Amino acid sequence: MQLFPCPFCGPRPETEFHYNGEAGNIRPDGAQVSAECWAGYLYERSNPKGAAREIWVHATCQEFFVMERDTVTHQLAATQTPGFAEHAE
Amino acid sequence: MTAFRLASGGSAIDRARRLSFSFDGRMVEAYAGDTIASALLAADIAVVGRSFKYHRPRGIWGAGVEEPNALIDVAGNRHGAPNTRATTEPARDGLITRSVNASPNAAADRNAFLDRFARFIPAAFYYKTFMWPDWHLFEPRIRAMAGLGSVDPDWKSVGPADQINKHCDVLVVGAGPAGLAAARSASDIGKSVILVDDQPHPGGSLLHRDAEIDGQPAANWIDGSIAALRQGGHLVLTSTTAFGIYDHNLIGLNQRHHDGRPDTLWRIRPGRIVLATGAIERPLPFANNDLPGILSADAALIYLRRYGVLVGRQIVVVTNNDSAHEVAAALAAAGAEVTLVDPRMDSRLTVSANIRRLGGRTVTTARGRMRVEGVTLDDGTSLPADCVVVSGGWTPTVHLFCQARGKLAWDESRAAFLPGDPVDGITVTGAAAGTVALSEVFADVAKAAFGVAGTSSPRSTGPEASGAIMPTWPRAGAKGRVWIDYQNDVTAKDVELAARENFISVEHLKRYTTLGMATDQGKTSNLAGLALMANITGRTVPEVGTTTYRPPFTPVPLTSFSGALGGELMAPVRRLPLENMHRAAGAVFQEYGGWLRPAHYGGADAEAAIQSEALGARRSVALFDGSTLGKIEVMGPKAAEFVDFIYYNTMSTLKPGRCRYGFMLSENGVVFDDGILIRLDEHRFIVSCSSSHVTAVHARLEEWRQDRFGRDAVYIHNATADMATLTVSGPKAKALVAALDLGVSLDDGELPHMAIASGIFGNEAVRVARVSFTGDRSYEISIRADRAEALWVVMQEAGKAFDAVTIGLEAMTLLRAEKGYIVIGKDTDGTTMPHDLGVDGPRQKRGTDYVGRRSLFTDVATAERRLQFVGLRVTDGEALLATGTHAIAKVEGSVRSQGFVTSSYQSPTLQRPIALALIERGASRHGETIDLQHLGILRRATITGPCAFDPTGERLNA
Amino acid sequence: MTRRYSALSLFREGLANQTGWEPAWRSPQPRKTYDVIVIGGGGHGLSTVYYLARNHGITNVAVLEKGWIGGGNTGRNTTVVRSNYYYPESVALYGLAHRLYENLSGEINYNVMLSQRGMVTLCHSVAEMEIAARLVNAMQINGTDAELFSVEDVRRVLPNYNFAPDARFPVLGGVWQGRAGTARHDAVAWGYARAASRLGVDIIQNCEITDFIIEGGRCRGVETTRGAIRANRIGMAVAGHSSVLAAKAGFRLPINSYALQACVSEPVKPVLDTVVLSPGTGVYVSQSDKGEIVLGGALDRVPSYGQRGNLPTLESVIAGLLEMFPSFGQLKLMRQWAGIVDVVPDSSPIIGESPLPGLFLNCGWGTGGFKAIPAGGTLLAHLLATGRHHDISRPFDLDRFTTGRLLDEAAGSGIAH
Repeated sequence: MQLFPCPFCGPRPETEFHYNGEAGNIRPDGAQVSAECWAGYLYERSNPKGAAREIWVHATCQEFFVMERDTVTHQLAATQTPGFAEHAE
Repeated sequence: MTAFRLASGGSAIDRARRLSFSFDGRMVEAYAGDTIASALLAADIAVVGRSFKYHRPRGIWGAGVEEPNALIDVAGNRHGAPNTRATTEPARDGLITRSVNASPNAAADRNAFLDRFARFIPAAFYYKTFMWPDWHLFEPRIRAMAGLGSVDPDWKSVGPADQINKHCDVLVVGAGPAGLAAARSASDIGKSVILVDDQPHPGGSLLHRDAEIDGQPAANWIDGSIAALRQGGHLVLTSTTAFGIYDHNLIGLNQRHHDGRPDTLWRIRPGRIVLATGAIERPLPFANNDLPGILSADAALIYLRRYGVLVGRQIVVVTNNDSAHEVAAALAAAGAEVTLVDPRMDSRLTVSANIRRLGGRTVTTARGRMRVEGVTLDDGTSLPADCVVVSGGWTPTVHLFCQARGKLAWDESRAAFLPGDPVDGITVTGAAAGTVALSEVFADVAKAAFGVAGTSSPRSTGPEASGAIMPTWPRAGAKGRVWIDYQNDVTAKDVELAARENFISVEHLKRYTTLGMATDQGKTSNLAGLALMANITGRTVPEVGTTTYRPPFTPVPLTSFSGALGGELMAPVRRLPLENMHRAAGAVFQEYGGWLRPAHYGGADAEAAIQSEALGARRSVALFDGSTLGKIEVMGPKAAEFVDFIYYNTMSTLKPGRCRYGFMLSENGVVFDDGILIRLDEHRFIVSCSSSHVTAVHARLEEWRQDRFGRDAVYIHNATADMATLTVSGPKAKALVAALDLGVSLDDGELPHMAIASGIFGNEAVRVARVSFTGDRSYEISIRADRAEALWVVMQEAGKAFDAVTIGLEAMTLLRAEKGYIVIGKDTDGTTMPHDLGVDGPRQKRGTDYVGRRSLFTDVATAERRLQFVGLRVTDGEALLATGTHAIAKVEGSVRSQGFVTSSYQSPTLQRPIALALIERGASRHGETIDLQHLGILRRATITGPCAFDPTGERLNA
Repeated sequence: MTRRYSALSLFREGLANQTGWEPAWRSPQPRKTYDVIVIGGGGHGLSTVYYLARNHGITNVAVLEKGWIGGGNTGRNTTVVRSNYYYPESVALYGLAHRLYENLSGEINYNVMLSQRGMVTLCHSVAEMEIAARLVNAMQINGTDAELFSVEDVRRVLPNYNFAPDARFPVLGGVWQGRAGTARHDAVAWGYARAASRLGVDIIQNCEITDFIIEGGRCRGVETTRGAIRANRIGMAVAGHSSVLAAKAGFRLPINSYALQACVSEPVKPVLDTVVLSPGTGVYVSQSDKGEIVLGGALDRVPSYGQRGNLPTLESVIAGLLEMFPSFGQLKLMRQWAGIVDVVPDSSPIIGESPLPGLFLNCGWGTGGFKAIPAGGTLLAHLLATGRHHDISRPFDLDRFTTGRLLDEAAGSGIAH
């Protein structure tokens, strides 16, 4: 049972959280985006082994936030409090 | 008679309380405090079980969790379990136990003959045979032979296991000298402490080894320490095993109770973990070292000191280290004739005069059939014996340290893997860290853990144990059968075979020979196996390395993990505010998308009830509880822009007070949800999504809000559970709603289809929405959930004048199918896009971006052969099509699917079957008759539009 | 030296104390160049090199394994073999694997213990029964064996199941595949390794890829902890770590890595004959020939490369099992572990040439790679030998993520595979 720090609620058990994708996956807007670019946004992932920057949501309070952690050791590095815009134009 | 109970002694037993239990049909006398194993030994029952593969007779080896042999099935609901370790199971009056893997019993097992064929069935033999003519001919017999204990199919749970979460500053695992000292010193500096030990009594080795602390018998120090800890408010858990360290240093404990309650799972999150887990004694490698009557020296001492049982009268003690010398002396003092065999000529401990000592030699073979009868030494000496007590050295218990990603370091002088570089938050101390002498243990604890000035450290004032050892490992080419893994019947020859066949990686060795894969997980065997592999392949022990240590340390009852997570708690259903009223009205409930809802009302004949409800709805008026519908409020300066982005349809053009039907797509273009959007005012909308998608829709809205629009621009509130929604639908709906007197003008000019109005019921505000899922004129009335009951009562009462019927979800689903309205997930699948449902306008025309837009223009989205939403009509008089029926077509000589039936009902209104389907290019094939197949039966049907009833929609305003 | 495995050779070796067996596979030093190298000594990698030799006569081949062969997901899965899929493309793929499995023991002279005791996927609601009918019809049309089970049928194959009327997940029926079952996972890896080695393939263990050799925009070989090794074509089958190698090769994949946990109980006498999957509890379970109850469930919630179990998933899986089989409450958990799986958006594998020419992919099998090992190997071998897709692998190319032609079984059949 990992403990994740919700910026709003504080440390809570992992079962209350959902993984919501890699941070920095910017949405390309518009109908003219190339198929390759759109597929990249939809599907391609870095999926790093080790240090990762991810978006998580605390399902009980609906807070979305960025969390940095290690995907092997599961050690937490940092979380970014509200106000990020990882998908923004 | 060899092993027997002494007339006195035994610190764990209460001789005043006699009890008896049965083993393999034989009554066994015991005292309170005995384990099953100590009682079996006292009764001189040598053969207590049969090994997994060769059905070798096996006796008790150990006195704790490492026991590989003495597994028993315990009968009954309260204590019943297969494969219970006799060495840790308390003897209880009236208990019924039997040996495992033996038939009819351990002493006379009809499969014992297998051992005579052992040479033909070595490790992994099954990979090499049983292929011709077919494995399936052999497998049933092999399956029947496999397994150890038996499951009682009639066993019933006595209730859920407790699960307890707890935090503490320091968790100490092991209440031996190191653990007790660590716990006390942590307590001294003000830490909150939890101390756990897998034995029923704290003390560890101090309970049976000679020791004196602070000038007093060790027992005094144990009692004083435990009393001090308890007095300080610390938690001491005995009969509790720390079985696993998980992420972020969460420790799992399993606590056994002695009153028939299920075990308790503790999840402890300590600030710091001290592992004082001790060490486990190893066997010595000589031929037939598995015979009953050969047991661990430490266990022999435990049985003597704790249970007053002398394990034999003519005992050979074989050791390669100093720890067994104390055992030899104690056995001799208790009256046994003891011979001590030690390969070292000059081991520094002296032993008492009444022991025959044979230095510089060791045992090569044990003799005997059903129990040991003697040993032969490497110089040919033959010694008679009724019991052989063995110490091959000690393996530190580093399982938890390794589970926590700790790395081990090989210590050649101690012939053991010790904890290597420290792991954050974890301290290993005592015998687990390779420290043996009591004074060094105490010094270590003081230094390593909590050596803060002012804390007092205990002093060892008695005899000191010595760790001196001459490593002794199995060797290649040794004569006879040297057993390494007792339970799984792995011998030194099996390890040699694995090496010969190139299974030299330690993990291959384990899997190929099953070494260490038995219920004891190789606690006594792993090191000998890998040392032999090192020897054979010319590598060092650390070069061979260990296999991965995995939880649990000892087997843990499944019930500890499941706890209360059963029945409805496994997946709680959501309930309607009016559930009790529906029950009173005879509703039959079913689960739909996580909600418990009325399927239909009354009647054993569900189909008749549904037909009658649907017919009534079309004829007069229906009342329906639609409270599960999503009610997610979206408000703020950018609310209109926001819903435009969220929905496939343009929503910002919606006028306040009006509603619009629309789709939400996933970014991959697939229709994720459909529903009504209500615009309350310029900056305020209500997303009325489908019942089963509320949570997911809410999460999506929040994601886009927080990640794209900004928290200041839009605010979202999920009011689904706050409000109940009660629906009135049918030709007489307007009249019925008028009778409710909600203060709303029902004039179609003021409240047209797809409009809302605010009203009042009593003192409570209500929202009336003219939206329809039946195709008939409908009013959805939303009210505070806790006031819905009064409204429902009034609606029922008013309905009487209009022949109103209360309908369940089944009738509602039927009614909407007559109209060709979709249910997402039923009439669509995970590939359905909006244009497959006939809604292509936004895709063609919208200029602004929305979720999923780009995906509607991929190759697959624009492909010709897409499944499109249609109706299907069978010839009049024919039976209903089964949902799940496939449309088929012969293409290039082979049959392939062209789509499938998604919904199918007998329509009471049309008095014929109706069906909805997703059919390849279906939208352009109306009128075409196609072939269908269901469970091998062929049918035909004609493709139609989805709407079978009132295609012009007149009834919406009728 | 005894080469061939049979009851007779076992008997002869028994008389000779089992001393005459030759190594199951050779462990030679890696050469500097090969015609083909395959990265990853799991089931897929080993079957690839075997079929390269057997089907295409290409034997100047090495398989490079970071640790010990069969040590990844091949040795960590719950060993289910089945082909009860919805889409024709999936049936073609898994059907090929299923058929190859049925003849595998004889073909490679290694008993992989394919045990076809059937598998039932349970249905807990009317809606699930409707989806089951859709699935069974599709499977019958696509030419694989499937039956729609009534609750009585389920009762017949699962006498110990909880049929109580108040059960949280009542059973209405199920989907049955009689040819489904289990195989001995280690034996599949070792059997292919032995067969490939005999055909001349080099099996190189303890050989980790540190980089790709890229010349003229084409993959020409790999740098390893045992030196540079060059080849004309390179395959990779490194489930769980596909993204890690892809990063070294300079591209990204539509993959997330997650831990999938499994666990076993202590061994007991037979109580469960078939494989069972319950969508309600998310549990799949069978009993091994050794007697252990082998248990798996959903993926962990947290993306991870940490090959270890945890409590939350374990607890819910076990609770699900006891909901299904209450009398299993007598059992104890003996061992829990985890493997790292490639999770792809449509849960179908990726087979085809990578964005780096000369490097070919076999990845993305998610939770179900074991059952596909013979097909994964056959198809990657075909690609490596010819440079072109086999008809069966074509739909599984990486390009489907651009065209949108995903093969999502859960989307089509409503049942997650």
